[in-house]
Amino acid sequence: MALVQPDPTFYPSAREAMLAPREELAYVALLDTAGDGRPDGLATIDLSDGSIVNVHDMSVPGDELHHFGWNVCSAALCPYAPHPHVERRYLVVPGLRSSRIYIFDVKDDPWHPRLVKTIEPETIFAKTGYSRPHTVHCGTDAIYVSALGNVDGDTPGGVFTLDHDTFEPKGRWEADRGTQKLHYDFWWHLGHDTMITSEWGTPNQIEAGPSLELLVGREYGHKLHLWDLTKRRHLQEIDLGDQHQMTLELRPAHDPTKTYGFVNTVINVEDLSANIFTWYLEDGVWKALKTITIPAEPAPADLLPEPLKQFGAVPPLVSDISLTLDDRTLLVSCWGTGELKAYDVSDPFAPRETGSVRLGGIARRDAHPAAPERALNGGPQMVEASRDGRRVYFTNSLYRSWDDVFYPDGISGWMAKVDIADDGSISLDPGFFVDFAADGRRAHQIRLQGGDSSSDSYCFP
Amino acid sequence: MDLTSVLILAGLGAFHGLNPAMGWLFAVALGLQERSRAAVLRALPPIVLGHAGSVLITLALVSVARLAAPPRLISYGVAALVCGFGVWRLVRRRHPRWVGMKVTRWQLAGWSFLMATAHGAGLMVLPITLHAGHGAASLASQSLLATAIHTLSMLATITALAVIVYERLGVAVLRKAWFNLDLVWAVALIGAGASAALT
Repeated sequence: MALVQPDPTFYPSAREAMLAPREELAYVALLDTAGDGRPDGLATIDLSDGSIVNVHDMSVPGDELHHFGWNVCSAALCPYAPHPHVERRYLVVPGLRSSRIYIFDVKDDPWHPRLVKTIEPETIFAKTGYSRPHTVHCGTDAIYVSALGNVDGDTPGGVFTLDHDTFEPKGRWEADRGTQKLHYDFWWHLGHDTMITSEWGTPNQIEAGPSLELLVGREYGHKLHLWDLTKRRHLQEIDLGDQHQMTLELRPAHDPTKTYGFVNTVINVEDLSANIFTWYLEDGVWKALKTITIPAEPAPADLLPEPLKQFGAVPPLVSDISLTLDDRTLLVSCWGTGELKAYDVSDPFAPRETGSVRLGGIARRDAHPAAPERALNGGPQMVEASRDGRRVYFTNSLYRSWDDVFYPDGISGWMAKVDIADDGSISLDPGFFVDFAADGRRAHQIRLQGGDSSSDSYCFP
Repeated sequence: MDLTSVLILAGLGAFHGLNPAMGWLFAVALGLQERSRAAVLRALPPIVLGHAGSVLITLALVSVARLAAPPRLISYGVAALVCGFGVWRLVRRRHPRWVGMKVTRWQLAGWSFLMATAHGAGLMVLPITLHAGHGAASLASQSLLATAIHTLSMLATITALAVIVYERLGVAVLRKAWFNLDLVWAVALIGAGASAALT
């Protein structure tokens, strides 16, 4: 049913979205740990006290839920294709391993999402030729979904769209993919009709776990791709250097007049560091500059899992980043070393570290103040900032087969929160700790009620 | 053309201009993107031209039909077409997707033409022009005059709105003031169609 006034969660600009009311609940994807027939879940968390209010089990096991998103968002206010009276009420939840997509309705009872549609893998294969859907973004004219590979688990990966109203897959998005083969994340600069995509690896390269051989051979992704968003054509690629293996999360400036953004590379095979690059437009050409390097941390070999023993060090393994809506603070998850870092990126070419908290980590196992006796495993991973840029929530699981290599004792799922102070420093909320140990599943992507810092895009500055 | 018709044509022009989906919001967005009021104003003529083109083509097509077919048939035909389009607008909500934020003037005019056509802007104006004008010359001048009145009124409305929102109100006003005109629009089409059949 169409609304009379625009959906109250739509904001013309990120600036105005920062004035949104405080989020009361979060949706969190839960991954089955053992892979022995239990389905994944979608948890609803009460953010006032961190209690798990509800967990909806998926219909079948084996999905590996990843970066789910909303059916519509503030991009619906874009002037060239406006549809402001559609409701933000459906969560589009892709299963990365199963290629199944679930649609949940959260309108009637936001605490208990209701499954209203399931798109079966065969439908996605037939309509798009892609498999392994990963990230969902609400676009100006459709729901966009990234896919890691083709039906055989090989290249090319890419983007397909779902109809806004029916959720039916509409087919491949690309009209001309140029040199692009690998795929991971995507987002856009709406003010410049530009899409940007990143590279992880094909399903065949990642599903069995990280391959040392592929890493040493520098065969995981290390490029960015720029696209004409309206003509659906590949414009250019940026090679960040093949030592920088796995270019993952793309965080363009939320201000549509700006032409820069941030991407993390997981591991530099020469020194085990993780890096953040700033991409930018200069004289009509997109370029990228390394702006943050986070070095590996030495650690005794007996604290390290097998593949790391030879190095005597823990790579930071930066796996997710999040940019606050004022384009000021970049949160960086160091899943290996167990650290969440905050940087002031007001000058996108000269980030300044403003804060850090430690939790978990391959060697350190730092505890949370809420349970100071308990050594935590996993580390800050999926990170999501509130719209007002004051609170940051994060979980500790990456991807099942990769979790098991770096945390062979088996990740026990948790979710924590930090507060961002005026000076950009961050501090753990000692009273907020969601423990998924009793449930037994691992926490991954978080979505905050009404929108968050990676759910919406804007056409107005 | 009598005064009532002129007022209705002007009123419909203002009504179309008021709708953010018909162009003033696009002009504001382009202005904000370039941080320039001149960019807002530059966007308005192509938007108005595209809208006028859509209306004029609709009126011209029906004028041609009127030269060839008896008036009653035209009246009922137009009534059925306009009512039918109104009903279709009630059950389907689709927007043409053609351009992004980087547009040339011609693309902007083309976008506006598509938006006006998809919303049935010309169809809404059509019944007002059905009962006057006989012969090719008279019909042509009437179509032009009706389009001109409608367009001038629309131009005045979108200029005022675009400038006020750009300079004073800011786009935050959209969050409350962007009323869903789809229903009103569909009802207006059905009403216009009915009037074509009844008068």
